Formats: sequence, structure tokens, C-alpha cells
Amino acid sequence: MLSYIIRRLLGAIPVLLGITIISFFVIRLAPGRPTSLQQALNPKVSLETAQRLEKIYGLDKPLYLQYVNWLGRITRLDFGRSFSDGRPVLDRILERIPVTLSINVLSLIFILMLAIPIGVRSALRPDGLFDKGMSLFVFIGFAMPTFWLALLLMNLFGVSLGWLPLSGIKSLDFEYFGFFRKVLDLSRHLVLPVFVSSITGLAGISRYMRSSMIGALNEPYIYTARAKGLSQSRVVYKHALRNAILPIVTILGLSLPGLLGGSVIFESIFALPGIGSLFYEAVMMRDYPLIMAEVFLGAALTLLGNLLADIGYAWVDPRIR
Amino acid sequence: MVPAQDYGDAFVSGSISDARTLNPILVSDTASSEVSGMLFNGLVKYDKDINLIGDLALRWEIKEGGLVIIFYLRKDVSWHDGHNFDAYDVEFTYRKLIDPKIATPYSGDFERVKSFEVLDDYTIKVTYKEPFAPALASWGMPVLPRHILENQDLNASVFSRQPIGTGPYRFKSWRPQEKIELAANPSYFEKRPYIDRCIYRVIPDGATVFLELQAQGLDSSGISPLQYMRQTDTEFFKKYYRKFRLPGVGYTYLGYNLNNPKFKDKRVRQALNYAIDKQEIINIVLLGLGRVITGPYMPESWAYNNEVKASPFDLSKARALLKEAGWLDNNGDGWVEKKGEAFEFTIITNQGNEERIKVAQIIQRRLAEAGVKVKIKVVEWSVFLTEFIDNRNFEAVLLGWSLPREPDNYDIWHSSKVKKGEFNFVSYRNETVDSLLVKARRTFDQEERKGYYRKIHQIIYDEQPYMFLYAPESLFILHKRFRGIKPAPIGIGYNFIYWWVLRQEQRYNRINYQD
Repeated sequence: MLSYIIRRLLGAIPVLLGITIISFFVIRLAPGRPTSLQQALNPKVSLETAQRLEKIYGLDKPLYLQYVNWLGRITRLDFGRSFSDGRPVLDRILERIPVTLSINVLSLIFILMLAIPIGVRSALRPDGLFDKGMSLFVFIGFAMPTFWLALLLMNLFGVSLGWLPLSGIKSLDFEYFGFFRKVLDLSRHLVLPVFVSSITGLAGISRYMRSSMIGALNEPYIYTARAKGLSQSRVVYKHALRNAILPIVTILGLSLPGLLGGSVIFESIFALPGIGSLFYEAVMMRDYPLIMAEVFLGAALTLLGNLLADIGYAWVDPRIR
Repeated sequence: MVPAQDYGDAFVSGSISDARTLNPILVSDTASSEVSGMLFNGLVKYDKDINLIGDLALRWEIKEGGLVIIFYLRKDVSWHDGHNFDAYDVEFTYRKLIDPKIATPYSGDFERVKSFEVLDDYTIKVTYKEPFAPALASWGMPVLPRHILENQDLNASVFSRQPIGTGPYRFKSWRPQEKIELAANPSYFEKRPYIDRCIYRVIPDGATVFLELQAQGLDSSGISPLQYMRQTDTEFFKKYYRKFRLPGVGYTYLGYNLNNPKFKDKRVRQALNYAIDKQEIINIVLLGLGRVITGPYMPESWAYNNEVKASPFDLSKARALLKEAGWLDNNGDGWVEKKGEAFEFTIITNQGNEERIKVAQIIQRRLAEAGVKVKIKVVEWSVFLTEFIDNRNFEAVLLGWSLPREPDNYDIWHSSKVKKGEFNFVSYRNETVDSLLVKARRTFDQEERKGYYRKIHQIIYDEQPYMFLYAPESLFILHKRFRGIKPAPIGIGYNFIYWWVLRQEQRYNRINYQD
């Protein structure tokens, strides 16, 4: 087992290297320069400024050399400094992670809490009234534009009723609150974002759950269980659910890298300091160190997720080893 | 009787993007400069009537025909950490501005300085290589504290996130992509501001901004013409907010690539100008909230030539001029031709600016009536700049200039500024304009400069290297509880430290406020 893991880890290195090479050069192939954006048609900014900035950023060196330098720094876990504000790229990414991660984790929990019962109930009587009603509901949620739902809810709860804060993650005077007020304040700010992102994500998991439950309920051991005279709830929740939920666990494993992903539209509607807006801005500003850091982290996380999934399989099924 | 002004409350405004740095010599975006403008002072500043007055400098003398400027500095200024401000801070700032290792975009004006001398702790003598009129305004550049930054790498210093200045407000906290908070500086040399705190929230989405206004979560925000005319025309907004329309600081134009044979003939450019009804564009796109302009200066500037009259909208005149230039609809297909080729060109503009796209569409429609076929291409900003503007790879470009108060526009119109990356990207060349531009920046006498700029204005309007379209007004909304606001030619922000809110109307507590 250990040698398998080591083999896989070593195998991941060339893949990661390949990803960074391709993304490094593809980003540079894209038109637009970070320096031209900083002078952005300001006549006060002279031509020499752009050249000066190129030099400071190291953009005047040949591309392959820039890559080698970047790679050299990465081995020391130095992702460089962002072009747009001169701060270490890693700091900028790390300060955005808490908001994105907590919203994603909370809505994932919320989704599971709703989607699993919905899927199970729907599977008990496929095409019954409950199943049809729920299908309609989750697909409306899935199809609804996030920004539209968000704005409607903000208008209702934030403006008309005044129950919840409209946008942001903390109140303006958050620093002066005591501990419990801080917790309450954060929770109030999280209600709408978590609700909106859960509603739109409900469809997938509840449909997976439904179909895998239908499959499980037709297995011979269910007949056995029923023949033994077990109660309906015991059959469904003890025998069927345990098997039916396995595919869901796999899906969850694969969605791990997604927990650190943020949506730009979602974040800008709620004015949240998440990771999506950071990366969007990085691309628009051609902030190369920041773009490369995010690509690198994304790739590393995905590879790690795959590795974990594979290890899980290998652990279950010795033939894969 | 005027009630006594109360201290307290907070001013909360929204910005679509977060500031990048608060180090004023590295700032290149509006969000950052808005905040850092509250924290720092330059030697000079503009007063409410757009005249230069002293800020950190009490007064100045211009000597030797403009070659030498001597600044006499205020002696009663201290940095936010209590340290005294003196001439060595100004010298330090100057050295950093011309240091090639510093990522500042503002070195240009300061590279003209021949020598910089500190005569005593509060007197500075700046000598220029040649007289340079915009030099005086360039000393509005904020001054940095030498005692803090002396041994630091400015590009990477924490100073950019925790600045220390001399301004009316002190830096308090910054939560990235959320908000920046400033606190009144009790020992500000002019006077302690009445309003305790300034809070800049980052709200990228326009719809969210509007909802926040409705919940009174924001005190001020720029608004669109549609919001100004219609959406804020409600009882709620009338009760709690005050709307402002003030002269803007920029203009929108259609620039022709003058190296393109189609636009070489002045009569063609004049014809196109006759074919477009600018007032119609303003009425449709800005709902009337803008002004027709005829030249490259702001209408309230002393450089603007009011005697230049805008050509009327006149299609027959446009057709006649095109005909004179050899463009005629010979085959009756509705498009004018010359040597068998139809007059067709592409207008490019940048993505993300709905206003410009609408303007381009109106131009397209109007020029079709004159027999000229127009295509529109909308390009992402960064690509727009590097691939199209810098490489002169365009026929006509729809863009805007944001103008500084100092009218010197040598970089935009002088024939030496046509190189890649420079700002005369329409490649305008006129010897008279060239020499006027040089003369105008070599004298400090405003009356004399006025003559030069008005002449330039007249020549440029006649030659039509740009079709000047309009100057949009600056529209914004402000919570009604703020008192002491006196709109002036420069805007309303100039007397911010005198704004105040009645104690019983204050919305934010003076929690933990320490002077």
C-alpha cells in the first residue's frame, strides 16, 4: 500500500509540472500586458513607466527564464508578489479562503441535509406525487439564475422586512462586538448566501440519491430484509440507505477541490470577500504571479483529491493495486 | 440661527473595487486614490474654484522665468504618528519618485527637475531644466514620511497597507475586499474634521449598491443617468437622500486613425461631424445629463474656448462635404464610394461600458444615413489597449479621456507622442498645434497660456482628428443628514472636513472613539 502511494505521488510530479508549463505559457500567449493596465490611458503616466514596471516585475527577461525563475521559487513555496498591490500572493489567497470555504462547507451540509431525505422519499414511490413535486422544486432551484434569486431575497429580507443584513460578511462595527454578538452577526450575514447557494445546488445530489436508492431497493437483500418482516423504516434507512449512499460519498470526494472555488457573480452580488472575485480580478489585471499561484493550487488540490479517491478504491479493492 | 456643528457619525461610501495600495505614489486606480487622498497632502491643491493654492506649502515663488520654484512649507504639520513634517520629507518623496526601482507611474513630471535643494527645514528650491508650467500642479503629489520609509523597500512595504500621512483622516483598518476605515485626525493642521469616521465598503455589483441605498446602508454612491432620472425619483429617496449633478471630469470622443487613407482628408472628418447629432446621443444615452463639447478641455476650465461653436447636425452638408472629397453613391446602393470602393469603417470600443456601445450604435445608424457603413467591435479592455490602441490597429476608436485640472495636453496632441504606447494614438500632426503646446507649457502666465490653449482648441475642432461627442455629468447621491455641503466648480468633496451631522440625526455611534 505504502509503495503504491509513493508511486502515485511521484507520478503526480510530472503531471503538475506539465500543468504549470502549459498554463504559464498559455497565460502569456493571451493578449494584454499587466503594465499597460497600470498606465491605463493616463497621460500623466509616461512611456518609460511601462518599461520601468516591466523591469521591476521581471517581464523583460525571456519567457523560458521567467518560467525557470518561477519554478525555482515555487520549490521554496514562494509564489511571488502580486503585481497589483505588491503583497505576497499567498497572503492574498489565504485571506480569502475562510469566507469561501465556510460558505461552501455550510451549503454542502445544508444540501446533504435536504437532498438525502428528498432523494430517499422520492425513491420510495418513483413518479409519485412527492417525487414529481420535488423534481419540479429542485429543478427550479437548479435553473434559477443565482443573481436573480439573490436580489429578490435581498430585497425582501434586507430592504422590505429589514430582518437580515443585505451584503457583506460582517457589520461595519464588527470589531467592537463581543464574542457572541460577533457569532450572531456572522450568522446573520451568512443566511442568505448559504441559502441561495444551497438551493441552486440541491438538484444534483437529490437526483443521484434518488436513482441510487431506487437501485438499492431492487436488490435481492432488500427482499430478504422485507421477507424477514423488518419494518419499512429499518429496511429503508438501515439496509438500503447504507449501500445507496456510497456513490454520494464518491461524488463528495470529487467535489473537494470545488470547496475552494468561488463564483464571481455570487460574491459580487453579496459583496463577499471570497476567492472567486480575487481570481477574476487577477485574470482581468493580468496579475501573472497570482494567476499562476491559483492554477498551481487548483491543480495540486485536484491531483490530491484524485489520489485520495484512488487510495480509497485501492483500499477497498486490492485488484487495483 | 445656525446650530453649532456637532462632531461624530460616520460617512459610508461604496466602491466597486477594493483599493490596491494606499501608498499614494504607487496608486494607479480610482478606489485607491480616493482613500489615500484623505490620508495625505501635497504641497499644493486646487481650491473650490479650481485655482492652485497652498496645502503643505504656505506659499511659493516662481523665479528666473519659471526655471525655479521655491516652496515655503507649513511649520505646524505633524504626521499621524506625531513626528514633525519638514522639507526632508518632500526631498525623500522626490527621490523616490525618480528612483527607477520604485513602481510609481508618476515619475514623468519629476524627471524634468534639474536640482532639488533643501534650503532650510521648511524651504525647498526646485530648479527645472526648462520652464514647465504643469510643474506647479505636479507638486500636488502627496508627500511621504521619510522617518518611516527611509530604510524600506517601498514596493513591498507594509506602509501600503498601513499608511501614515498628514491628512485630515488617519488610517484605522483594512479588511481586504470588504472595507477600509479611516478615523478623523484630531491634530489636522487645518482643523479636526467633524465626521469621526470614513468607511469605504467594497460592493462590486450595481444592483446591490442600489439595495444598500434603499436600506440606508450607504451614505453616498455614484449613480447612472437612469437611476438619477427614474429609479431614485421616489418618496424614499427624496426623504433621505440628496442628488447631485455636477460637471464631470472627462469627455467621450470618436478618434480616427489619421494614418488610414480614409480619414486623411479633413473634409471627410468634418462631414462625419455634421452627420452626428450630439444632443441626440446625450438625450438617449445620458437621458440629457451631459453637455456637447467642441474641444479637448473641460467646459469649465479656463483653457476651454467658448467661441468655438459646435457644427450643427446637417446631413445634406455632410453629403456635400463627402462629395467634395470624392465620396459619392454612384451605384445607388445607399453607400458612398470612391474608386468603386464603399466607405466602410469599424469603430472599436472597450467591453464593459454599455454607454459607449450605445453611442457607437447611434453613430452607426446616423452615418448610414450619410451613406457611410460602420461596423462595431467591442474588445476586452486589456486586449483593447495592447493589441488595438498600442499597435494603432484600428480605424476609429470610441473612448473617453479623464482630464486633470491642469490643461496641458502635450502628451495627447503633440506630433512627437505618436510612438507605440504613447497617447497621440490617432497620429495627429499639426505644426502650429505643436508649437502652441510647447509655448503653453513654457510659461506660468495663465492669461498667456489661455490664449495658446484656446487657439489649440479652435484648430483641433476645425481639423476634427476626434469627433468630440460629449462631457457626461458626474451624478451621485448623498444622505441628507450631512450638512455643510457647498457645491462649487470643483465638486463637493473639497470641504469634506467641514461636513457635519446633527447629534440626533447621527446613525453611527462614537464607539471606542479615541482622539
